[in-house]
Amino acid sequence: MNNKIYSNRAWWLILPMLLLVAFSAIIPLMTVVNYSVQDVFDANTRFFTGVEWFQETLNNPALQAALVRQFAFSLTVLAIEVPLGIGIALLMPKKGWQASAILILVTMPLLIPWNVVGSIWQIFTRGDIGLMGWGLRELGYGYNITRSAVDAWGTIILMDVWHWTPLIALLCYSGLRSIPDAYYQAARIDRASRWAVFRYIQLPKLTNVLVIGILLRFMHSFMIYAEPFVLTGGGPGNSTTFLSQSLTTMAIGQQDLGPSAAFSLIYFLIILLVCWVFYTAIMNLQKDKQLDKGA
Amino acid sequence: MNQSIPTTPEAVRKQAAAADARRRRQARPVSRQWRRRGLMTAYIVFVLLPVYWLLNMSFQSNSEILGALTLWPQDFTLEHYAKIFTDSNWYMGYVNSIAYVLMNMLISLAVALPAAYAFSRYRFIGDKHLFFWLLTNLMAPPAVFLLPYFQLYYTVGLFDTHVAVALAHCLFNIPLAVWILEGFMSSVPKEIDETAFIDGYSFPRFFVKIFIPMISSGIGVTLFFLFMFSWVELLLASTLTATNAQPIGSVMTQTKGASGIDWGALSAAGVLTILPGIVVVYFVRNHIAKGFALGRT
Repeated sequence: MNNKIYSNRAWWLILPMLLLVAFSAIIPLMTVVNYSVQDVFDANTRFFTGVEWFQETLNNPALQAALVRQFAFSLTVLAIEVPLGIGIALLMPKKGWQASAILILVTMPLLIPWNVVGSIWQIFTRGDIGLMGWGLRELGYGYNITRSAVDAWGTIILMDVWHWTPLIALLCYSGLRSIPDAYYQAARIDRASRWAVFRYIQLPKLTNVLVIGILLRFMHSFMIYAEPFVLTGGGPGNSTTFLSQSLTTMAIGQQDLGPSAAFSLIYFLIILLVCWVFYTAIMNLQKDKQLDKGA
Repeated sequence: MNQSIPTTPEAVRKQAAAADARRRRQARPVSRQWRRRGLMTAYIVFVLLPVYWLLNMSFQSNSEILGALTLWPQDFTLEHYAKIFTDSNWYMGYVNSIAYVLMNMLISLAVALPAAYAFSRYRFIGDKHLFFWLLTNLMAPPAVFLLPYFQLYYTVGLFDTHVAVALAHCLFNIPLAVWILEGFMSSVPKEIDETAFIDGYSFPRFFVKIFIPMISSGIGVTLFFLFMFSWVELLLASTLTATNAQPIGSVMTQTKGASGIDWGALSAAGVLTILPGIVVVYFVRNHIAKGFALGRT
């Protein structure tokens, strides 16, 4: 839409939303900033510390390890979920009652509360009562997520794939549905191979939704909390403690206001930086689209 | 293709039909169709298996769960469900969750509709920056806001109420609603607004009588997403509540008794948290794909 009207009266339409979001975003964020530069003893005693907390946080080896784990986790799940999601979207039937039924089944994991997802997998993977845990042991593999870090990692990644691949699949499914039949007919006349159809017709249509999908997936995987917390509690050791859990332990468990506030801000800035890159990409894609239409 | 050149119209038609059938066979051989179905079934099994196991557990007595591993309930029991529906601790968890989810949906939609309209129709000072700032809230990790929220709502006296959770979830739900609605609104031609204003509609009347019906499917999809993200979130919801407004998620974490975890009750409660989602997704199944693309396919 290039023909938007320039009018600052539109601010009145935005105002109620702005006030509400400001109440739930700006005030708390300012509190965090406030804590991050002070050492708070009690309600009346506090000292200005400047960047001390930030330095301490950045040099904290436990947090650095959590950050590395977090990136490893986010990139791994993206690498698995994106291709898998595209594949499933290509397999999903396009019409009939099967299409509706499969759509509902595929969507289901997305609507389960996150802690319940953790519980489901906890029950499913326990060695004594879980189908998967029991099955793997019967097959002769000493599967134990409370002892082996490898098992814990594998299970958390499997759980995340189970939980979030549907998001990518549904996004791609909607992208595929918007391709006119004429494109496929033209490809058939040209005797294009299946791969060529995917590469030159389907994939270009998917870039838009894929960018949104990767953005959402990166963001959510970077904030993951409830699922690993319920499933492994961050263990064995610290091997599955991700950033959110480290932060929650610091802020609520130990009440370390200063360091946890500094940590919060650094955490937020990382997410912001990555998302800004994606946002710019989305906006450029839309601009390209408009130019194509205009030409 | 070593066929003779057809001479009669009948032969031309016959040959064309044969070629068409051959092409169709080549395009989609039967074996490939079966492979597609096989792969799809495999994925659906992968999705359903953990859920089936939860269902299986919820119908078993605790002694059966801890005894031998059984693939389906040997002595089928509804005791866990009965417990949840009769113990007010349990069922109030569901009532609380649904209460704040509905409140949040109402608040978010009410403020997001005009805002999304402004973003889709007008340019104004700072519009792009404002939109990006909104999106940053969508990306804010709830863990970051945990402590300030706790203190903020405690100070204003909203701690342990449904309103507190509903407002806290606005942090990510309002930006989401604005984003989705803006996509749907931008696909409505601007000429409709202009015509309505020429016909003498005032802005509020136009908005309610003409515009909202036109984007009703977009609103449905938005409500679905608001429901979804408020329903699945637990970290904020459990931090901002203690006893009166406790969501079902945090009730579930308290099933650890003296004799270990009550697996049966935990499973039954889990099954009951999945059901509302399935009901909601059934209603929006035809629009869900578009909504997941945030109205931008």
